[in-house]
Amino acid sequence: MADSPAIALAEPKDIPVGPIGRHGIGYWGVGTLVATEAALFAYLLFSYYYTGASAPHGWVLEPHPTLKLALPDTILLVASSGVAWIGERGILDQRPGQALWGFGGAFVMGVVFAIVQGYEWHSKPFSLGTSSFASLYYVTTGFHMAHVIVGLGILAALFLWTALDYFSPRRRLTISAGVLYWHFVDVVWLFVFSTYYISPYLGFGT
Amino acid sequence: MKAAAYRTPRIGIDSVQHQARMTELWETEPGLKGFLSTVDHKHIGTRYIVTAFVFLVFGGLEALLMRLQLAGPNKELLSPEQYNQLFSTHGMTMIFLYALPILSGFSNYLWPLLLGSRDMAFPRLNAFSYWIYLAAGIFLYVGFLMGNGPNDGWFNYVPFAERDFNPGLNQDFYSLGMVLFGISTTVGAANFLVTAMRTRAPGMSLDRMPILIWGTLTANVANLLVVPAVSLAFFLLWMDRQFGTHFFQPANAGQPLLWQHLFWIFAHPWVYAIVLPAMGMVSDGLPVFCRRPVVGYTLLVLSTVATMILGFGVWVHHMFATGLPTMGMAFFSGASLVIVMPSAVAIFAWLATIWLGRPVVTTAFLYFASMILLFVIGGVSGFMTASVPVDWQLTDTYFVVAHIHYVLIGINVFPVLGAVYFWFPKMTGRLMDERLGRWNFWLTFIGFNLAFLPMHLTGLWGMPRRIYTYPDGMGWDTLNMITTVGSFLLAVGILLFVVNVVKSLKSGVLAGANPWDAHTLEWSVPSPPPPYNFAVIPTIASRHPLWEDRLGEPARSSINRGMLLDEGKETIATTPLDAEPDMVLEMPEDSYAPFLSAVATTLIFVGVLVKLWILAAVGAVATIGALVAWLWPRRELREREPPPVQEAVHG
Amino acid sequence: MSPTPLGYLEAAGERAQIILPLTWLTLTISILVCLVIAILLWMGVRRARLAGGAEQMRQVEIIHGAPGTQWFTVGLTITAVLLFITLVWTMVALAKGAAPAAPTAMTLDVTGMQWWWEIRYDSSEPDKTFITANEIHIPVGMPVLVRLHGGDVIHSFWVPRLSGKTDTIPGQTNITWLQASQPGRYRGQCTEYCGAQHAHMGFEVVAESPADFERWREHQLQPAPPPATPEQQRGMQLVQYRCGLCHEVRGTLAAAVSAPDLTHVMSRRTIAAGTLTNGAGVLGAWIEGAQQLKPGTLMPNQDLTAQQLSDTLAYLETLQ
Repeated sequence: MADSPAIALAEPKDIPVGPIGRHGIGYWGVGTLVATEAALFAYLLFSYYYTGASAPHGWVLEPHPTLKLALPDTILLVASSGVAWIGERGILDQRPGQALWGFGGAFVMGVVFAIVQGYEWHSKPFSLGTSSFASLYYVTTGFHMAHVIVGLGILAALFLWTALDYFSPRRRLTISAGVLYWHFVDVVWLFVFSTYYISPYLGFGT
Repeated sequence: MKAAAYRTPRIGIDSVQHQARMTELWETEPGLKGFLSTVDHKHIGTRYIVTAFVFLVFGGLEALLMRLQLAGPNKELLSPEQYNQLFSTHGMTMIFLYALPILSGFSNYLWPLLLGSRDMAFPRLNAFSYWIYLAAGIFLYVGFLMGNGPNDGWFNYVPFAERDFNPGLNQDFYSLGMVLFGISTTVGAANFLVTAMRTRAPGMSLDRMPILIWGTLTANVANLLVVPAVSLAFFLLWMDRQFGTHFFQPANAGQPLLWQHLFWIFAHPWVYAIVLPAMGMVSDGLPVFCRRPVVGYTLLVLSTVATMILGFGVWVHHMFATGLPTMGMAFFSGASLVIVMPSAVAIFAWLATIWLGRPVVTTAFLYFASMILLFVIGGVSGFMTASVPVDWQLTDTYFVVAHIHYVLIGINVFPVLGAVYFWFPKMTGRLMDERLGRWNFWLTFIGFNLAFLPMHLTGLWGMPRRIYTYPDGMGWDTLNMITTVGSFLLAVGILLFVVNVVKSLKSGVLAGANPWDAHTLEWSVPSPPPPYNFAVIPTIASRHPLWEDRLGEPARSSINRGMLLDEGKETIATTPLDAEPDMVLEMPEDSYAPFLSAVATTLIFVGVLVKLWILAAVGAVATIGALVAWLWPRRELREREPPPVQEAVHG
Repeated sequence: MSPTPLGYLEAAGERAQIILPLTWLTLTISILVCLVIAILLWMGVRRARLAGGAEQMRQVEIIHGAPGTQWFTVGLTITAVLLFITLVWTMVALAKGAAPAAPTAMTLDVTGMQWWWEIRYDSSEPDKTFITANEIHIPVGMPVLVRLHGGDVIHSFWVPRLSGKTDTIPGQTNITWLQASQPGRYRGQCTEYCGAQHAHMGFEVVAESPADFERWREHQLQPAPPPATPEQQRGMQLVQYRCGLCHEVRGTLAAAVSAPDLTHVMSRRTIAAGTLTNGAGVLGAWIEGAQQLKPGTLMPNQDLTAQQLSDTLAYLETLQ
């Protein structure tokens, strides 16, 4: 009998049904969200550096911006990522109490961050319409704040769904996706903070 | 019995009972309810195509009015304000509301069928992206119909777009409408990326994907990364206009050129995004009519990716007259010349496919083949503008208008018309009329060239762009008249196309599954496809599954036997590179959430436009509510515990 | 004037002359490439076995076909060579065109406004500085530096026969240069969309012998002559108190700078930024009905009696 060509036939055995752990297309989805929002912040920071590089002397309105509020606030936000991570671990280790503390704690820290940021805006010597520097400062930190608020909404939802006992170490893609978004918000802040609070000390635009 | 978290999918073949069960699981309810809630990519794709064609006609009518005004010198058919709104709206309509959505529509319809899958990765997000597109289109056209259409060209330079010079609502409609539109494009891009990476049929490794997939994939990855630039630009403009910020106003250290950078960082990759999928359609369709696999598949794929990557690095070539430093311009000039190379790869691949194949001339073939020439004409005028000194003469004249229409009509519209002739039978079950098709093709081809070929000379003789009239004695009168006549001929050609579509829908010859004897997976399912696409999940062994016997391929794809995945609304997820099955994907049911989210989001924009903050707040709350309902973890999708109780499976 | 005054396939200035051969090179390459591809496509399609529709498809069997490697090796090599030649020539032309070969003899400051051009002739001596509008005079054979300023929105300064385009952008000063190689009157045009009357924002560059240029310059420096007749006297009053709200006429009380300088308006061949050929009748029509001739222009229609108009024109005609 002549050799008949092999017919490829996929016969997978014992494959997951639906997302298991972080393995699922929903995680890819949040990844694309993070990519596009990261690009948005890249363009905001590009606008800052481009405008500043072609601006006249003294464009940065505060050559030595006070870090009294902003630095602790930054540390608080980064720490909240750690707390959210602890919350996610709570799901993985089947410790719902830890999970609730984690998401609730991160939520509270995020709220404090927002309040402190609001106070920081209030105490700036310039307003939205003072100059291009001022406009960029408020719009960039404002966009970040908007992302923080969305993140707070997500943490609240994660808290609620955890309290409703929806998740297990296996079924918890929603948790991982939401916590990824929160990490993203915190990492973006590091870039924004470095640009607006650190780079003037290094001489940019002053 | 609780559904297991792991499963070995049953392998089988199609049967009448299987079809009945699958139809019940996948079919959309008829009537208004189904219309508003469907997540079936075929319905969504068809809607995109029809809507985009409507916008093509609107943009065409705008163009015909402009051509009447420009047919001779010093005409007074249109006032300056009317003309300026017309040319701006024409550009916006064609480039945003037609050129990408038409390709999104074809890709939406075809991708799961090409990939051996049962739907896109995110069906609800798919529906949402359509509704937002429609909403943005309506939003923008309401402005236009109110006499507040865009009036600063489609690229909308500042300071003219600022409040001081443009106090009306025109710019506010455009800015907010574009941000709304950007949401559609972005979520669509996410959907395409994840679909391509995770839901291909088993065995369809990256080097076996149809080139339409490559083209759309690269275009959408690019969009994901650059749409934020233009959304940001429009948002900052709106802030300048409404809240007294100073992003673009030099009086307060703002930078007018910032607009141009942000805009072109987006818009240059965008122009590749609106042609690469169409080039993919040619790469997949032309070989069918040449009775052989495409020449140079690997080179075509590499050139698609290379074009997109290089496309990120050429945006400054739109700004050569703005007084930038010579060194910077030299770099972008060089990059703009280098990007010709991957385009040349495509031209040679297609020409070789014709020469080394056995062409059969049908209407679809004529469209796919003629675009090669139109691409080259558009490409060489682009090559000319890539050289900075030459561009200093060519830019902002009708030479560039000729260039953009050859690349847009030649590399988008012509392939799209060919694609309709090619895929119409698959989508509707009927063939289009070939005789009418020939008339349609030749009128379109001759009309287009008559309109736009002379325009190169009009440009070389110095006619600037965007002027509502011109004096006599400039040498442009005859050329403009010829262009006007050509444009009307082109319009008749398009009209014949529409007539053919309508006629064929009613009385076209019945097509069957594979009227063209083509090679890709969509031709293995009935025409039109059942709601579930594939009765069994195919396993792929080559780039041309349906031609393997004839080509004597060593391995064969399994089309008729495969995973049944009928224990719910299911398809298979596979690994990104080699497409090995690694998860059963539970797909969402039809849902109103995408439609309601879109309406709520649009409410926010309407509220913001008219500064009725309470309306915007209502919209925001409604959007949050709709999103929470949408994202609420569901047991059937295995997003939460406990697992759903499994229905008894019919034998 | 030539049949295509804004065409750039002819050059009359150094900077345009640097660009022109490169334009011809790229144009020639482009046309040849189109012809070759058209021929290849035509020959390829002519080899078609069948024409028709779906029924014909199965009559032609599927083949593997040749790999077609040579199409790529030959095609891409030729493409690369043509691109490389263009690239090198581009860089050379770019370097040559960036600055004039000789140091510039004169500097002009040109400001683009909606929808006219203000031209300021600078000098090291303050009383040798003057402003005019829409018509530039330069001496033949000498490089002239042009500083470009943005008055309101972005415009673009373009005299095709002499040079490529450079934008006038608010907040920055761009530089271009002109050097006419032959005497003549060269048309210019704004080439960046700037609003309602972008279509009517032209200008002229008159290149003349250095002696003629000096005569023109000396003349432009003169203030307006005093009125000689009662009509002209009445006209001057009208011009000072009405036109003077926006325009300047040196030697009178009309001293505003938001509209074109009128001190020597009758010496210019055109008015309204190259839109209309200058003359008493045209000037009268413009004064009374600017909005009909150039809708949206910033000059409102002037409501004058017949006597007032005639007096105004009588005075304006002295502003040679």
